[in-house]
Amino acid sequence: MSAESTKTTGPEPKFPEKHYLNASYGIRSWLLTTDHKRIALLYLASVTFFFFIGGFFAMMIRLHLLTPSGYLLSADTYNRMFTMHGVAMIFFFLIPSIPAVLGNFLIPLMVGAKDLAFPKINLLSWYIYIIGGCFTLYSMVSGGLDTGWTFYTPLSTVYSNSAVAPAVVGIFITGFSSILTGLNFLVTVHTMRAPGMTWFRLPLFVWAHYATSVVMILGTPVIAITLALAAMERLFGLGFFNPAMGGDPILFQHLFWFYSHPAVYIMILPAMGVISELIPTFARKKLFGYHFVAAASLAIAVIGFLVWTHHMFLTGQSTYAALAFSFLTFLVAIPSAVKVFNWTATLFGGSISFDTPMLYAFGFLGLFLIGGLTGLFLGCLGVDMHVHDTYFVVAHFHYIMVGGAVMGYLGGLHFWWPKITGRMYPEWLARIAALVLFVGFNLTFFPQFLLGYLGMPRRYHVYPPEFQVYNVMSTAGASILAVGYLLPMIYLTWAAFYGKVAGNNPWPATGLEWTTASPPPTENFEVTPVVTWEAYDFHSRPELGLDVPGTPSGVVAPAHGHD
Amino acid sequence: MHRTGALFGQFETLEQQKDTASLGMWIFLVTEVMFFGGIMLAYTINRHSYFHAFAMGSKTLSLKLGTTNTVVLLASSFTMAMGVWSAQVGKKKLLPMFLALTITLGFIFFGIKYVEYAQKFHHHLVPGRNFDITYCVNNPSRCEDMSAEEIDAERVELQEAQAADPDLNAHAQLYYSAYFGMTGLHALHMVIGAGLLFWLLRESLKGRFTPEWNTPVDLVGLYWHFVDIVWIYLYPLLYLIDRHN
Amino acid sequence: MADHEHAEHAEHIVPPTTYMIIIFTLLCLTLATAAVAYVNLGPLNIVVALAIATTKATLVVLFFMHAKYSPKRTKLVIMAGIFWLAILLFMTLSDYASRVDYRGVRYPMTQNIVLMNSQQS
Repeated sequence: MSAESTKTTGPEPKFPEKHYLNASYGIRSWLLTTDHKRIALLYLASVTFFFFIGGFFAMMIRLHLLTPSGYLLSADTYNRMFTMHGVAMIFFFLIPSIPAVLGNFLIPLMVGAKDLAFPKINLLSWYIYIIGGCFTLYSMVSGGLDTGWTFYTPLSTVYSNSAVAPAVVGIFITGFSSILTGLNFLVTVHTMRAPGMTWFRLPLFVWAHYATSVVMILGTPVIAITLALAAMERLFGLGFFNPAMGGDPILFQHLFWFYSHPAVYIMILPAMGVISELIPTFARKKLFGYHFVAAASLAIAVIGFLVWTHHMFLTGQSTYAALAFSFLTFLVAIPSAVKVFNWTATLFGGSISFDTPMLYAFGFLGLFLIGGLTGLFLGCLGVDMHVHDTYFVVAHFHYIMVGGAVMGYLGGLHFWWPKITGRMYPEWLARIAALVLFVGFNLTFFPQFLLGYLGMPRRYHVYPPEFQVYNVMSTAGASILAVGYLLPMIYLTWAAFYGKVAGNNPWPATGLEWTTASPPPTENFEVTPVVTWEAYDFHSRPELGLDVPGTPSGVVAPAHGHD
Repeated sequence: MHRTGALFGQFETLEQQKDTASLGMWIFLVTEVMFFGGIMLAYTINRHSYFHAFAMGSKTLSLKLGTTNTVVLLASSFTMAMGVWSAQVGKKKLLPMFLALTITLGFIFFGIKYVEYAQKFHHHLVPGRNFDITYCVNNPSRCEDMSAEEIDAERVELQEAQAADPDLNAHAQLYYSAYFGMTGLHALHMVIGAGLLFWLLRESLKGRFTPEWNTPVDLVGLYWHFVDIVWIYLYPLLYLIDRHN
Repeated sequence: MADHEHAEHAEHIVPPTTYMIIIFTLLCLTLATAAVAYVNLGPLNIVVALAIATTKATLVVLFFMHAKYSPKRTKLVIMAGIFWLAILLFMTLSDYASRVDYRGVRYPMTQNIVLMNSQQS
């Protein structure tokens, strides 16, 4: 295996003359664009901004937790730090990230359309996101939020002294951005596919976003009404969630988690979609079990709506209800496992190269596995009794959110950066950054499993001194992780202007998006494509110019026909 | 945007465009189902927990006004459907007429709603604001819009309810929270619908809609019918609790 | 191309007479639900009320919203919405119904459990 990435050899690729980035100039052409590709970049800037905000709060948490008695922040301030970390990261980074950046950019390209079904609604969704973000930022600067990102009542509605109302309004508004994005994707996949692009020729990235959109459409309105009711309680004294008025905090939890559990599938399904693109490309092999992976995406979306009460095992549920939800929680792990098995099977007998996106894919496989399995620990009633509300939970969801979703996001950004910008990022620096991120991540969050298991509760600003070693390890890891995040931000930006010209299909990969120029023209394709090949089919695409020699197992895609 | 059925850039055919728009609106309506569903859940839980308070609250609503409003909205759905039909068969004069009728009926609904809301404010039945379910019974002179028999009937109902639920006043606030929350959200959706109808009316007077292209009429119609369906459920849930007592 | 092969089989136009029959039925059902509210059916009152409301809603969806004449995909979207609403309502209620003694409310399902527990010495 050579140290170079597996680019096709041939004449030096030329940068296209006219493309979506230089089609028009000026701030108005960006702020009033309806081009899905430009909107994707608007989102890229915004979600990165909120990632910094969330990262800042994370830094404050980890710095504070270096010492057991908490010298850095007061209890109240610490509450604000973890709350705003959660709010910024979940609602303003993780949920939009892959769908609004990569999904917006790629879905029309992948289905062979000129744009999404509703381009103006796409732009509207970005503005709604920004307005919601402004409300939440206002909350952050006017005293912050200390209720936890879960806004449990009656603390959030009655007793908290923090800026709950603007934050709740902000998240309510941003929810509509999510709904509109999901609506756009669903309709686009149904009605805008190019001739020959049947459902089962769609890339699994599209299937993943279809499933994600189903979740966005069906779940987000419920959090909207929940937050609306909570805001009305806080502002006008309605009493649905306030026990003093006969209201019910458990009702809030049901309504809240009905969305917030499927929300985690909104965060992970797109990343799984990215992995489904990366692994076939860098294993040079058709994805194993395409239909199963597509079905598994839908199954996760549907079953994911049936399990939310596993966040409420300790609220006085009857054992019978808890058993039912625990069973359903185990059930929802099955489609995820099916996907992991299929990705692994794809690797078997493939011709694997270790380009940066593939490093992120490997990271995803291992870390999502750990995160997913520990989810089963939590779904198990006896175990949950002990580790609920401890760092075990925190570690579990960070393994999935960061080890899974963020790895998928970064892997996807690297993989499609040449398509988005027309230029390659620096490969060796990128590989180092990926490794730094992987090491930093594990050092940050693995000790947290141990901490949780040993009993350290989450959301506490102090802890028993015997836990300090793990906390220090975790903070050390976080600093390394921060470097792992900063490096791509820097070199990807640099590469967008000064990187090596990539050409249409530098990898090469099989998707429709790679058949058009890098960067693509505004209307995506010169001529509406007609699709006659199956997804990930390296065999019948001689134009890809793959010159990979056969391995002893003979499974590698040759350039012409079968061997 | 001055289109007369011309194709938008991202579409290949008019048929694809219409198909897309229609699917988009139906999916949007599903999000509305889930949105109202959340508050319906809150209503359900609280009605079960505090049936007597909910029954008492329901009886303070005017059945006449509520039923009238239901009839008005159903009629507006009829006129809206007729409007869509007019556009489909090219009756360009009838379309604005039906749209105007729909708007008028919508405003009648608003008017009646305003009367009901004003009455609630007057009778101290707004949660959080000096709420007192016994206000009219204890101060008949302040509630001039209620006749003596009505006040006596309410006094009896109140006594029974208070016997069943000592905390009636606190729990009744939950009924009115549901009442204002649900009808308020519904009214907000109707206001948006009315705005869309005004826009349609204006465009239809310009002769913009043809049998070949009447998608906006169709889509606004779908939205308006959905708002009607929400009220079809709100009516029994809010106005018809325990009326037989 | 895409999947609107069956989308518009020459757009079916519902005649005004159908609408008139439907609106008449809806008005009758409205009067019926108001009338039945005055009859004491115990726990069935709410069932009947919701049944009538659902019938009215179904008529509006099928005829005024043309769902009866819409492609299968539209019907799938409608069923999905109803199904998800059902998940929200029924699964949450199942948690409440199975709680043994929550805020003093005894649900029918758990009445016996409370009784059994109190009978143990």
